[in-house]
Amino acid sequence: MAMIEIDDLMKRFGAAVAVDHVSFNVDRGEVLGFLGPNGAGKSTTMKMITGFLTPSSGTARVEGFDVQTDPIEVKRRVGYLPEGAPMWSDMTPRGFLTFVAQVRGLRGAKLNERIDIVVAQTQLDSVLEKPIETLSKGFKRRVGLAQALLHDPDVLILDEPTDGLDPNQKHEVRNLIAGMAADKAIIISTHILEEVDAVCTRAIIIADGKVVADETPEELLRRSQRHNAVSVRVGGEMSVARTLLQDLDGVASIETVRANWLVVQSNNGEALVSEIGTALRGIDMPIDEIHVERGNLDDVFRNITSNR
Amino acid sequence: MNNTLIVVRRELSGYFATPVAYVFIVVFLALLGAMTFFVGNFFERGLADLGPFFQFHPWIYILLIPAISMRLWAEERKSGTIEMFLTLPISLTQAVVGKYLAAVFFTAIALALTFPVWITVNILGDPDNGVILAGYIGSLLMAAGFLAIGSFISALTKNQVIAFVVTASLCFVFIASGAPLVLNFFSGWAPQQAVDFIASLSFLTHFSAISKGVVDVTDIAYFASLIAVFLFATALAVARLKGE
Ligand SMILES: Nc1ncnc2c1ncn2[C@@H]1O[C@H](COP(=O)(O)OP(=O)(O)OP(=O)(O)O)[C@@H](O)[C@H]1O
Ligand SMILES: [Mg+2]
Repeated sequence: MAMIEIDDLMKRFGAAVAVDHVSFNVDRGEVLGFLGPNGAGKSTTMKMITGFLTPSSGTARVEGFDVQTDPIEVKRRVGYLPEGAPMWSDMTPRGFLTFVAQVRGLRGAKLNERIDIVVAQTQLDSVLEKPIETLSKGFKRRVGLAQALLHDPDVLILDEPTDGLDPNQKHEVRNLIAGMAADKAIIISTHILEEVDAVCTRAIIIADGKVVADETPEELLRRSQRHNAVSVRVGGEMSVARTLLQDLDGVASIETVRANWLVVQSNNGEALVSEIGTALRGIDMPIDEIHVERGNLDDVFRNITSNR
Repeated sequence: MNNTLIVVRRELSGYFATPVAYVFIVVFLALLGAMTFFVGNFFERGLADLGPFFQFHPWIYILLIPAISMRLWAEERKSGTIEMFLTLPISLTQAVVGKYLAAVFFTAIALALTFPVWITVNILGDPDNGVILAGYIGSLLMAAGFLAIGSFISALTKNQVIAFVVTASLCFVFIASGAPLVLNFFSGWAPQQAVDFIASLSFLTHFSAISKGVVDVTDIAYFASLIAVFLFATALAVARLKGE
């Protein structure tokens, strides 16, 4: 049984369908990147899994508990960071975390221990006693994240956890998520696609409420135009190199980018590094740099979600 | 500790985290004091009781209780914290009752701070303290009734101003239906049973019964059932926010 089961979930707001019959499962060990354009229905889906919104039809189950019939059991098992991390602004992070810990059944030494752990994980020590309303956006987000981790849940649902964080903190949070991934089922929504590459084991793209892609980041990258193209920067005459490579076996196209870079695409999707290297050395053309392109998730995302 | 109590504690600390609580208490005491001593002729009457003091409670509550209750749900909806709150493992009942009880406790604290009036009357004369206690019980029950109405109205809107105005109007109706002015108007043409029924719906009727020193089961039951009905309605209103 999967830890999270999304079963034909649908949500209608008036006449508009925000989430359109979405189904997927998330197993322990998976970090699912939940992607999609603004208004695609990511947050609405998460709000239904966590029991904040009632589905118009379909349902979600967490560790076998149906959110519609056993909402409290689901909420016990889930750590949830709502979009924008809304929190009571006149509380301090310590007061807020203590409240959440108590509601989650933690008491005494165990409570203090868990608070210390999540405060260290999200690096909150410097702001623990300041009212939340005075915190910067990034610190607020980290308080929200700390709150979601307090009871060390098996299931984490994080709506844009790194939004508003500085590059160092983004890095920390990604490491934190990656470090916890092995024994949890995690869903994170994000607009930062490098994040998907960095921490997710799987990505789902939704658009207009429908799932339009469900694969690994690697597979998504493979859909990229540039995937396995070879970029090479030559030290000699560009036109000479270009003419030479054009006639090479298996080359489909060559593009010139940024003055002295050539991007070579093969016609079978294989990377032609050694062939290109050998050919250029054959005419004593100096190679300053050469690498295989992995592809670009932003391009893939745009392709999948824009021509609909 | 039970979740309801945890919610009560958080809410109560929320009242005192901002100046709102202190402003409220000062205004409550000042208004009540001014009414009692200047309008109610507390001293001139030469009677050792708190009649003039309690008689103004309903009218002061019309103004001040909505100021407490308007925040209850409207603010959570406006700021989005309701999502954090309702995705914690707290049942709807615990959430509704916890928030409500915190408001009642807060009002009880404000009410308890009127104790100097009680001390004064005991120094100046020899009042019936049983009647005074009944007055306090009646006053708190009345405040609790208003808070339940306010809790329901607050769950219907994101706008605290709307919550305030609607709650104050409703409270006014609940008080006024027992005021002599209104009852006289009806008794001119309506049958006596109808007039009695209208009066029996009023907070004023039950409050004055209790504050005379007679804590009757029917009066208590009136407030208890009114509170239960409005808290149930609050729970329905909050549940409705989840959509179908
Ligand atoms: N309470 C609501 N009432 C009416 N429509 C809503 C409500 N909540 C969301 N919607 C609509 O549902 C759709 C999906 O919204 P949702 O917030 O799930 O998008 P999202 O994928 O999270 O977008 P973003 O990337 O901007 O966060 C949008 O068209 C939005 O306007
Ligand atoms: Mg969103």
